[in-house]
Amino acid sequence: MSELANEPSTRSQTVESGPAVAAPPPRKGKAALSEGKKAERKLGLLLCAPAAIVMLAVTGWPIIYSVWLSLQRYDLRFPDQREFVWFENYAAVLSDGYWWTAFGVTAGLTVVSVVIELVLGMLLALAMHRTLVGRGLIRTVSLIPYGIVTVVAAFSWFYAWDSNTGYLSALFNAESPLTDRFSALAIIILAEVWKTTPFMALLLMAGLALVPDDLLKAASMDGATAWQRFTKVMLPVMKPAILVALLFRTLDAFRIFDNIFVLTKGANDTSSVSMQTYNNLIKGLNLGIGSTMSVLIFIAVAIIAFIFIKLFGASAPGNDPGGKR
Amino acid sequence: MGSTARWRMLAVSGAALMTASTVAACGSDDGMQINVYYAPEENFQSVIDRCNEEANGRYEIVYRKLPRDADGQREQMVRRLAAGDTDLDILGLDVTWVPEFAEAKWLEEWTGQDKQQAEQDVLEGPLTTAEWNGKLYAATKNTNVQLLWYDDTVTPTPPKTWREMIDMAKQLKGEGKPYQVLFTGAQYEGLVVTYNTLVASYGGKILSDDGKSVVMDAGAVDALKLLKEVSSSGITDPSLTNAQEQQVQQGFESPDSKAAFELNWPYVYAAMQDGNPDRAKNFKWARYPGIDGPGRVTIGGYNLAVSAYSEHKPESFEAALCLRSAESQRYSAINDGVPPTIESVYAGDDKEFVEAYPMWETIVEELQDAAVRPLTVVYQNLSTITSKVLSPPQDIDPESTAAELRDQLQKALESKGVLP
Repeated sequence: MSELANEPSTRSQTVESGPAVAAPPPRKGKAALSEGKKAERKLGLLLCAPAAIVMLAVTGWPIIYSVWLSLQRYDLRFPDQREFVWFENYAAVLSDGYWWTAFGVTAGLTVVSVVIELVLGMLLALAMHRTLVGRGLIRTVSLIPYGIVTVVAAFSWFYAWDSNTGYLSALFNAESPLTDRFSALAIIILAEVWKTTPFMALLLMAGLALVPDDLLKAASMDGATAWQRFTKVMLPVMKPAILVALLFRTLDAFRIFDNIFVLTKGANDTSSVSMQTYNNLIKGLNLGIGSTMSVLIFIAVAIIAFIFIKLFGASAPGNDPGGKR
Repeated sequence: MGSTARWRMLAVSGAALMTASTVAACGSDDGMQINVYYAPEENFQSVIDRCNEEANGRYEIVYRKLPRDADGQREQMVRRLAAGDTDLDILGLDVTWVPEFAEAKWLEEWTGQDKQQAEQDVLEGPLTTAEWNGKLYAATKNTNVQLLWYDDTVTPTPPKTWREMIDMAKQLKGEGKPYQVLFTGAQYEGLVVTYNTLVASYGGKILSDDGKSVVMDAGAVDALKLLKEVSSSGITDPSLTNAQEQQVQQGFESPDSKAAFELNWPYVYAAMQDGNPDRAKNFKWARYPGIDGPGRVTIGGYNLAVSAYSEHKPESFEAALCLRSAESQRYSAINDGVPPTIESVYAGDDKEFVEAYPMWETIVEELQDAAVRPLTVVYQNLSTITSKVLSPPQDIDPESTAAELRDQLQKALESKGVLP
């Protein structure tokens, strides 16, 4: 039983390391497989198949289905008017002011919050890395915000900034900061940063662990200042870890939904693209337009990922697994 | 990874899980269950208990509480109906949802004797909200209208028109007395209600009667002017753009209140007795102000409909009729403060009713010529867009705001536009 369960993982090893084990060394390839190996391989594929099919069904199919829906005029309230309209929905969304406002807000939120998170996360990571006493305690404490459910945290921010009940709005003598666009956006960023900086710090700390002490000692022997050691030694070594952290957070931040949903419900032009998709899809029951928006978000996220990987080139995840979590 | 794809899968599997669990819950009980999906109402369970007694064991009505906020209620029902969920029998619909649900073929039409009973003695305004395309799709459960609430130590005679109210407020402000006019000005349905009342009071129209095209006539533009004037002349609360019903109510209740007038639903009467017993003694009501006389007020409230996917339709009609019978409505009015839709329940000689509901006469008067919100399948879009375009009210520019509304609403009616 356990042998069977292990089969898929051992299979790949056997295939890849097959030549090495089975002696005829330089000849890579399938020709070398014996009957037994072939059967084993077939069994392996069969055992993998259910997982692969499930994966395809739960990720591939919805993506294809939403692309299909996005090419149709399909509003649940007008079931009789369903028709195929090619790219009309895309034209409608991309020529719409609301969409671009939301897109701008989302992009702005993403950039600002990720930059702040990177800086704070780096400081926090350095602090956690360096602490000598109570290391475990400090790490645990700093991770608490990340452990709190976003909606719960968002509600505490909401009440804290509410003009009737809020201690923060009383402290800053703000009338009702959540009703003004810029203060509302600032609060959303604050909530995001507070929540996800620990995550950033955690990923960066993994990168810090990669920096060999000897390297730092050698650098300081050569007369490098603390700042030089940070920028010339630590950052280059940490690059893969930074990339992973940035990529994860940027993709996450771009899909921001819960904080905005609780804090402003998108009032005063604070809606994000995900909020707007939700409004069109779930509230508006317009499957065509809603799916168009989700496809557009998907494309945007893909572009972000692509840019990151291009930008960081060889240190992209996959090329250097050492930097990953 | 397709974030939305993932999110939708989650939603679907979540819905599947929920359905599965409720199905299981139903299966474990003996006898027929009629599920009523209705907003939280404190004493509605007693009404259900009484109807269960009347059913005498033939079926059992079960109260499934929907979320407290209207959007949440609609979303849950819409999501489940779109999936053809057979667990929903009786639906508690906000008055603005009937066309949408009917058009999507989610509601069973009321016919024959059920229809006759559901229409009997019902006030005209509320009844309109239960109809679509000349057919009856729901039975009215309760209605609602906003009143003008004032403090008779500040203003012994309440204003009859907005003009009077604005002048009074300015004068009171000059004299250093409470002066604020409080109304729902946040970007949500409440702002649409206020605007719709103003439009109707001017005799204007937002949509054509069949709900198919945008009118936005002179009355609708005048209403924009008035809304701007009220919001920008320093006589409202500074946090107007954050004010929903609750904030409006608290604005009048708070000990250091600067409010002289409050436009709000009747529930504030009971709330005031608890919230600020001192001021409650002087807390009086009058008809909602209008343009030349009293205003034409937007109707709120709930209707009960039978789901097209229900497996117990005849029983559901029967149960719904019981839940909204004259007796039930009287009980809900006294205990939960929701105004009845059946005219005979408003009886001056019913001591208990009059005591709990001293403002009943004003409510009936307002209901006689009340205004219905535009009846359209895409009301949700219309409301979202209207509140968005009107926010914040002090920045309204009547002509260009009207043009924007015309353009955006027309798109919404064709379900072509994008929701903000």
